[in-house]
Amino acid sequence: MRLSQDARSRVTIVITFIIALILNVVPGPVWAEPFRPDWVGLILIYWCLATPTRVGVGSGWMAGLALDVLYGSLLGQNALAKALVAYLAVKFHLQLRMFPRWQQAVSVLILLAINQLIVIWIRGAVGQAPDSLSYWLSSIVGMLIWPWLFVILRDVRRRVHVT
Amino acid sequence: MINVFGRSIRVPSNLTRLVLFVTLSLLLMVLDRQGQHLEKIRAGLAILAYPIQAVATLPARIGTSVSGFFTDEQTLKKNNEALRRERMLLLAKLQQFEALKEENNRLRRMLGSAARVADRALTADLLEVSLEPFTRRIVIARGTRDGVQIGQPIIDSHGIMGQITQVTATTSRATLITDPGHAIPVLVNRSGLRAIVFGTGEQDSLKVPYLTASADIREGDLLVSSGMGGTFPSGYPVARVTKIINNPNEAFLTITAKPSARLNHSKQVLLIWPGKKQLRKNQAASADVQSTTTDKMRTR
Repeated sequence: MRLSQDARSRVTIVITFIIALILNVVPGPVWAEPFRPDWVGLILIYWCLATPTRVGVGSGWMAGLALDVLYGSLLGQNALAKALVAYLAVKFHLQLRMFPRWQQAVSVLILLAINQLIVIWIRGAVGQAPDSLSYWLSSIVGMLIWPWLFVILRDVRRRVHVT
Repeated sequence: MINVFGRSIRVPSNLTRLVLFVTLSLLLMVLDRQGQHLEKIRAGLAILAYPIQAVATLPARIGTSVSGFFTDEQTLKKNNEALRRERMLLLAKLQQFEALKEENNRLRRMLGSAARVADRALTADLLEVSLEPFTRRIVIARGTRDGVQIGQPIIDSHGIMGQITQVTATTSRATLITDPGHAIPVLVNRSGLRAIVFGTGEQDSLKVPYLTASADIREGDLLVSSGMGGTFPSGYPVARVTKIINNPNEAFLTITAKPSARLNHSKQVLLIWPGKKQLRKNQAASADVQSTTTDKMRTR
């Protein structure tokens, strides 16, 4: 039985999000921990740019909530940050699509940094903010990965015809 | 009106949705922070998240079993030898321990204070999942089914590791003593000075604030749990003081300490149920717990 176009698009998007969630929590060496990019944030930004009618604030919020549950962090902290990132990405998706790749990567850095800023604010308010500068490495690694991730996801999107 | 999937639906604007979801997040955070209202929801969501967690831990598990398969006989023999030697040493120490324990209890009875009750313990495997970056927490493979409850201390063979902060049916999360949000009351073993040890968020470092220059504390001092506050049982090693800086411009000493427990090395941890009155409460709650180690050391 063949799935309809619509269902296939949905399934593809959900699967990429699940893979991103797994990559966010898969155990690695302790020294590499600060270098782990926010895969969920990257995937969210991509789908917001590519299909802003499907993926937006609501999807971002749910992905963030899933992350909160996996991390065991304060419920709603990542959800809030991801909802805001999705909002910004959808709002500026036309401009961001037009940007050359490197400029897009810089914009992604800004979005990811906003995400981390929100999270560190909330954690600071609760009294558990990390004061190490290596906290921000994650966003920079995310920026460096973006061009490659973009190409991979674009291929996936074209193959499955996600619209 | 927006055309979505061939149908005309009135969709709230992005900004409206953002406001809605931000409000929802804030509400969740306040509820989660305030108390235990959300534990049920969290537990439910955690079950949904379990497959993701299971897949995420797969590489680590495969790695462990593969390396276990290829361990050669030589290494096993060496390990066995080392363990045997260590066991001999521990047994020798234990001979004195029994006698000393009896003597201690006798003396305590004479003084009219309560006899100390040994703590019940249960081993738990560490599930290898990275948690939120820059927090110090771990996930263990024991949950409410094993009688685990929030606030329960966990230790390894060298000292106190932390306490349980979230529980689901089969797993629970513990906050380590190095987490920036964690504090534990201690005594300086040598002088009996009371202090509080805070986590820093770094892997192997703790801080001991609020001690003045006149405090009787030295580098190398062992800090043991004092049992105040009721969460941690008394007398377990917590940390060793590594550095004391006395800056005359500041009101307090800057003291750093290194945790006694091997927070990053252990594959297994011990859950303990502190003795005394908490024991009885726990027994009622978890009659089916079969504990594996030091269970029968109760004196009364």
